[in-house]
Amino acid sequence: MAENVTPAQFPIPQHEDDHSRRDVIMIAAGGFAAVGFGLGLWPLLDQMNPDQSALSLATTEVDLSHLEAGQAITVMWRGKPIFIRHRTEKEIEAAKAVPVDDLIDPIARNANLPDTAPATDQNRAGKDREPWLVMIGICTHLGCIPKGQSPGDYKGDYGGWFCPCHGSQYDTAGRVRVGPAPQNMAIPPYAFLSDTKVKIG
Amino acid sequence: MAHPSSYEPTTGFEKWLDARLPVVRVMSDQFITFPTPRNLNYWWTFGGILVFMLISQIATGIVLAMHYIPAADRAFDSVEHIMRDVNWGWLLRYTHAVGASMFFLAAYIHTFRGLYYGSYKAPREILWILGVLILLLMIATAFMGYSLVWGQMSFWAVTVITNLFSSLDLVIPGLGTQLVQWIWGGFSVGGPTLTRLYSLHYLFPFIIAGVVVLHIWALHIPGNNNPTGIDVKSSRETLPFHPYYTMKDGFALVLFAILFALFVFYAPNTLGHPDNYIPANPLQTPQHIVPEWYFLPFYAILRAIPNKLFGVAGLIGAIVVLFFVPWLDTSRVRSTRYRPIYKWFFWAFVITCVALGYLGSQPPEGGYLILGRIFTAYYFLFFLLVMPVVGWIEKPKGLPGSITESVLGPVEAPPAAAPPRRQRQPEAAL
Repeated sequence: MAENVTPAQFPIPQHEDDHSRRDVIMIAAGGFAAVGFGLGLWPLLDQMNPDQSALSLATTEVDLSHLEAGQAITVMWRGKPIFIRHRTEKEIEAAKAVPVDDLIDPIARNANLPDTAPATDQNRAGKDREPWLVMIGICTHLGCIPKGQSPGDYKGDYGGWFCPCHGSQYDTAGRVRVGPAPQNMAIPPYAFLSDTKVKIG
Repeated sequence: MAHPSSYEPTTGFEKWLDARLPVVRVMSDQFITFPTPRNLNYWWTFGGILVFMLISQIATGIVLAMHYIPAADRAFDSVEHIMRDVNWGWLLRYTHAVGASMFFLAAYIHTFRGLYYGSYKAPREILWILGVLILLLMIATAFMGYSLVWGQMSFWAVTVITNLFSSLDLVIPGLGTQLVQWIWGGFSVGGPTLTRLYSLHYLFPFIIAGVVVLHIWALHIPGNNNPTGIDVKSSRETLPFHPYYTMKDGFALVLFAILFALFVFYAPNTLGHPDNYIPANPLQTPQHIVPEWYFLPFYAILRAIPNKLFGVAGLIGAIVVLFFVPWLDTSRVRSTRYRPIYKWFFWAFVITCVALGYLGSQPPEGGYLILGRIFTAYYFLFFLLVMPVVGWIEKPKGLPGSITESVLGPVEAPPAAAPPRRQRQPEAAL
C-alpha cells in the first residue's frame, strides 16, 4: 500500500513558512489580548474582597474580671460573635473525659496552634488557663449563632452549645458532637494580656 | 422565523421602515398571526402570566429603588419609610413582595405543565433549558431581593445561604472561606454585602428579560407543544395567536390578577414571615430560620441530608437535574395523557414537591426528618430512575392520528367535515 502513495496525492504546502509565521502572530496577539482582559477583570473581581477598613478592625480587648465560673459573655470581633466562657470544674472534666477518636472533627481548629493539633480539651482551652474557652460563636454548618451563652438556653446533650437552625450540638470545649456541622467551632487568635484581660485578633 | 411571513406593509412609512428595520413585521409574525395549536388548554396561559409578572416586578422595583436606601444601618428604616410615608408606598411594596410569590406560583405551574405534557422533548430541548435557566435566575433574584429588607429573616437567610459556599472547604481547604469572604466583602454579612446584593438585584431582572426573549425565540421555531403532544399536521389545526390566544391568555390573566389582588389587599403578610419585621441582629439567630414558601422544598432537601457537602450538592442538584430532563426521559410519547404508568409516578412527584414544601417549614427533627429523607429520595429517583426506566418498559396508549382526531374521533372521509367557519383563520395565519 505504501508504495502507491505518491507525493502528488499529498501536496506539500508551498508557503508553509508564511502560515507558521502568521500563526505565531495570531497566537501572540490573542495571548496578549487575553492577558490584558485578565488584568482588566481582576480589579472588577477583587473589589469585592474585604476592604482596608474591614481589615483594620482586627483586634479587640476584653475585660474578664466580672466573669464568674459558669458564666459566659459574647463580644464582637470582625463582625463575628466571640463566645468567652468561664467553665466550671464539672464542664472541664466532662470535656477532658472524651477520647479524641470519638469526635466528629478530631482537629483542634485553634488559630494559635499548628493546623494539625488534635482536638483535646487542652488544645481548645486557653493556654495555661484551663477554665477559659474563647471561640468564634458561629456554627460551622451554615453560620448560625448557637444557643448556650445565656443561663436559660438549651445547651444540647453535651452541655455546651446547641444550634437552633439545623440541630448541631457542641460540647463544653466547643467541639461538634452531633451533626450536620462538620467542624469544631473555630478558636480565633488571642492572647491573655493579664489574668483578667484578653486581646482577640 | 419558523413560519412564512404574512405581513404586508400598507402605508408608505411601514414600507420604508420594513426595508430598514422590520420590527413591525417581526411583531406581526410572532405575536399576531403566529400559528398556535387550536387545542391549547388553560395550563398554557401561564407563559403570558409570567411575562406580566416580570413586567410588574420590574416596574414596582424601579420605583421602590427610588426610596430604598441600601445601607446596613438605614435599609430596614427606609423600608418602613416606604410603608408609612411614601405616597402609595405600601401598595408598591406589597405588590412587589407578594408579586415575587405570584411569580413563583406561575413559574412552578408553568414548569409542571411542561413536565406533564413533555414539552421538553425534541425539538424543544433548548426551550426547556432556557426555562430552567430563567428559574435559576429567578431564585437568585428573589433571594437577593428578600435580603434587602434587612430584617432578621433577611439577614440570617443571607448568612445561611452564603455559608453554603463554605462547604467547598471540605473539597479544597480554605477555598470555601476565601469565596465566602469575597461574597461578603468582610468577615461576616454586613454593609458591603448589602450594597452588592442591591446592585445585583437590580441587574438580574434585566438578564431574565433577555433570557425570556431567547426562550420565546426558541418556542417560536418549533411552535407550541399541545395537550396531545402530537405535532401539528396542517394549518387547519392552528389558530392565529391574536385574537384567539391573546383573549384566552388575557382571561386567565384577569383571574390570576384577582388572586394576586386578594393577597395584596387582604393578606399582604400571609406569605411572609413576621420575624422579618425585626431589624437584623448579627448576634442573635431566630429560633427557626425559614425561607419564603417558594424555597421550602429545596430547603427540606438541604436539611434532609445529614452531611454539609452532600446537603449543598442535593440543594443545587435538585435544580440542575432539570437541565437533563430532555435526555433522562426515554419515552417517545410526549404527553402524559397517553402514558398509563408514568402518569402515577408524575402525580407522586407533584405530591412529593408539595410535601417537601411542608416539611421545609417544620423543624428538622424526628418524623419530619425521616419523611424529608423519603421524599428527597423520591425527588431524585423520579428523575434518575423513573424517567429512563418507565420510558422503556411502558406501553403507551394509542395516540390519536392528529390534533383534530383527538377531538372529533377518527376521521373516516377526508376532512370535508371540518367546520367551515374556521377555515379562514389558518389562511390568515399564513
